[in-house]
Amino acid sequence: MSVDGPTRTFRRQGRVVVVGASLAGLRAAETLREEGFTGALTMIGDEPHGPYDRPPLSKQVLLGKTPADGTALPRRRAIDAEWRLGVAATGLDLTEKRVRLADGQEVGFDRLLIATGTRARPWPRDAEADLDGVFVLRTSDDAARLDQRLAARPRRVLVIGAGFTGSEVASACRERGLEVTVAERGPAPLVGALGGVIGAIAAELQREHGVDLRCCITVTALEGDPAGRLRRAHLSDGTALDVDVAVIALGAMRNTEWLAGSGLGAGPRGVACDAGCRAFDVHGIVTDDIFVAGDVARSPHPLFGYQFLSLEHWGNAVAQAETAAHNMISAGPDRRPHLWVPAFWSAQFGVNIKSVGVPPMGEEIAVTQGSLAEHRFAAAYGFQGRVIAAVSFDHARWIDFYRERIESAAPFPPDFTGVDRPPGGVRPVPADFPDPALPTHGPTVTLSGYSPSDRRVTFTPARA
Amino acid sequence: MTSGTLLHQITDYANRADPYPLYAELRRTPVARQDDGVYTVSTYWEINSLLHDPRLSSDARNRVPLADGSLSPDPEEDAALPPSFIRLDPPEHDRMRRLATRPFGPPNCPRRIHDMRGELARMVSDLIDGFEGREQADIVDDFAYPFPVMVICNLLGVPHQDETRFHGWADTIVSALDPSPAEGAAERQRVAQQARTELGRYLAGLIEEHRRTPGHDMLSALATDHGPDGRMSQLELITTAVLLLIAGHETTVNLIANGALTLLRHPEVLGRLREDPDLAVPLVEELLRYEPPVQLLPQRTALADVDVAGTLIPKGSPIWLMLASGNRDPRRFPDADRFDPGRRDNQHLGFGSGIHYCFGAPLARLEAQIALTELARRLVNPRLVEDPPPYRQNPVLRGPRHLPVSFDGLTA
Ligand SMILES: Cc1cc2nc3c(=O)[nH]c(=O)nc-3n(C[C@H](O)[C@H](O)[C@H](O)COP(=O)(O)OP(=O)(O)OC[C@H]3O[C@@H](n4cnc5c(N)ncnc54)[C@H](O)[C@@H]3O)c2cc1C
Repeated sequence: MSVDGPTRTFRRQGRVVVVGASLAGLRAAETLREEGFTGALTMIGDEPHGPYDRPPLSKQVLLGKTPADGTALPRRRAIDAEWRLGVAATGLDLTEKRVRLADGQEVGFDRLLIATGTRARPWPRDAEADLDGVFVLRTSDDAARLDQRLAARPRRVLVIGAGFTGSEVASACRERGLEVTVAERGPAPLVGALGGVIGAIAAELQREHGVDLRCCITVTALEGDPAGRLRRAHLSDGTALDVDVAVIALGAMRNTEWLAGSGLGAGPRGVACDAGCRAFDVHGIVTDDIFVAGDVARSPHPLFGYQFLSLEHWGNAVAQAETAAHNMISAGPDRRPHLWVPAFWSAQFGVNIKSVGVPPMGEEIAVTQGSLAEHRFAAAYGFQGRVIAAVSFDHARWIDFYRERIESAAPFPPDFTGVDRPPGGVRPVPADFPDPALPTHGPTVTLSGYSPSDRRVTFTPARA
Repeated sequence: MTSGTLLHQITDYANRADPYPLYAELRRTPVARQDDGVYTVSTYWEINSLLHDPRLSSDARNRVPLADGSLSPDPEEDAALPPSFIRLDPPEHDRMRRLATRPFGPPNCPRRIHDMRGELARMVSDLIDGFEGREQADIVDDFAYPFPVMVICNLLGVPHQDETRFHGWADTIVSALDPSPAEGAAERQRVAQQARTELGRYLAGLIEEHRRTPGHDMLSALATDHGPDGRMSQLELITTAVLLLIAGHETTVNLIANGALTLLRHPEVLGRLREDPDLAVPLVEELLRYEPPVQLLPQRTALADVDVAGTLIPKGSPIWLMLASGNRDPRRFPDADRFDPGRRDNQHLGFGSGIHYCFGAPLARLEAQIALTELARRLVNPRLVEDPPPYRQNPVLRGPRHLPVSFDGLTA
């Protein structure tokens, strides 16, 4: 690998600052060291904890199987960094190359990685959100509080929003033997992420497991008692429910406010960057020293029509962080693109769900293996005659095959003869995604880009 | 055809001790059609993607005759017993495997393997204690074989005193797994089927006993337990028991014996393991890559035309997935021919991948970790008596037949 003069110097004695000390931040830091960066490394995080893993928060932690503070991320190697935990970054000066901190201090850098992720979308009315018994679930502190409250056996839990997080919370409640009502604005759980066909299966799963699922409904108000404890929820159909706990699971908001006015192309949809994780400024000009990774990033992807993708996927945070770190310490020609095929998993109601690709781009869906009725299947999504995504329920071991179909723009409907064909053969039906203009809990992939053309893309990933 | 001769060389016993240069040659043609119509796939990415490809079947009923009109041998072809889940496709495969998993692993029995730790350690020490006063031992006959046999017997609930009986049956069944077209293959096949039937009959009796007085073993659980999928039928139970009993030790023997051999060839690693037992975990992973006990999977059939790395494998073709070759593919593993327990990115194919990923992997790992750590710790100055040692006949389940090792004593 050729490393030119300035890059070599930077690798030896440069200053890297990482803002956001969680999954993407940690993996980037480890990669920097792994690949030979020996300069100064500062990790800034607003949470008081060291980096920890979030997926278990809505699964093992809510089941009481793992304590909330027991999900620290395993370290791949020592990173020898200066940690500034419990202090938020509040501003960025691009000219002077300094990050401002909430405690009034500033930290200078040569290169910066933005990995500030997302936070839970709060309940819109503050007074109601402040009631005792109203929770969100994003941090380990959130999970600890909620777990404690569930252990006190509330009479009924209301989950607002049936996306992945809401559905997992509902699943954990049922497993703990708690009564739970799920209220969802859309026609079914998971519709934003997986469409109506799969949403209907998710709805069956919930009901079979005793969830009081109510769709096409919104919660209009949360009501407390004089002591400020949540007591009742009012629904848009005019009914009311007595509840002790409400979990707000309305999706996530990107942590970009601290970048306002910095001149970076950052906003509610995330920080825009090129395929090499370099951030764009407000003029759409790529910066050289500011990189982005994880949930907060939005980057163009050739497989998906160069649309900008914002992904709330664990695997993406890891892969993008590794690429960003590599590019931060590499000279131009040695840099590589982040061309990860989106992949996401969930565990709920005893079912392992996996998806690859970008389901919300799918116009049609076809079950290719197994059977919907048995809730064990693999299905492919089609977009303009090619496979654009796939989802599996308890069929995860096939998912690599579908990833390859997506990477090679294989034709849709799928034309292969394989094992475990559904009894009626492979028949495409509309995937039935709700109008993206309507607010729901939100998908975990957001498309937010300009599509240059409707060209067909042949994509050959560099694996070797 | 050169590649045809190459595969013959690989399965030829003369090359059993070191097939790796031949695999390297085979990889020059990642997908190679053999004279008899078998397609060998020898490179990592191609094998890996075929292991996840629903267009490949493991079900013998989908096989079509080879160019010479024969069918590739299948020791499970047998009217008396239905195929085990290793030779089934979904959805039957999934159902059987789910049923078999219930008493074995998560989510129903998440601690089963973990809780066997103490018992495994005791068995290993007892076997090594048996070397006391000797200067030499056969690591296969005295250690790598009896250990997994005891383990699988305990796990399934098979009484030890019956071990010699099924040892004979197992040997016969496994010998028929040899896919090389050799003389007497048909006869070997017939004898193997008979052995399988006899073993099945023996297990049927045992299952009946367990049904009446269940213990904490897997056969008792399989015979009495009721889950969302119901229960296995009597025939399904027998066929699963045969599979678990045989696969449960024939592979682990090789893993441990190959491991001991590799360590003796790399004394510095042996020394490190002696100092640091935690090395056992990455060490066993590297062994599974470097000297996998299952070298190839010769039992897949293409259900459709499948394009692999630019070669079209026509519908109906038998496919051999050359796992051991993929494990040494330099396009996947840097310095692939080097034994390096420090290797980080080590997603080997030693246990296969996809839906047929080795059922017993967690147990095999633990057995090998404990066995090798204790050997390293207790044998004083161990040396190979013969290098290479004599190998077993089988090219699929490859490992030493004997592994004589001399040493200067035992530590406590
Ligand atoms: C409950 C839950 C369950 C999940 N389950 C799954 C799953 O099953 N599968 C899956 O693929 N993904 C899942 N995810 C998503 C996955 O956890 C995220 O994709 C991943 O955490 C993203 O990592 P990140 O480092 O980009 O962002 P984050 O993990 O959000 O980390 C960002 C960090 O930056 C900090 N920060 C924010 N602003 C500032 C600031 N101004 N200054 C300093 N620090 C700041 C934040 O507090 C946070 O610690 C789940 C997420 C949650 C919350």
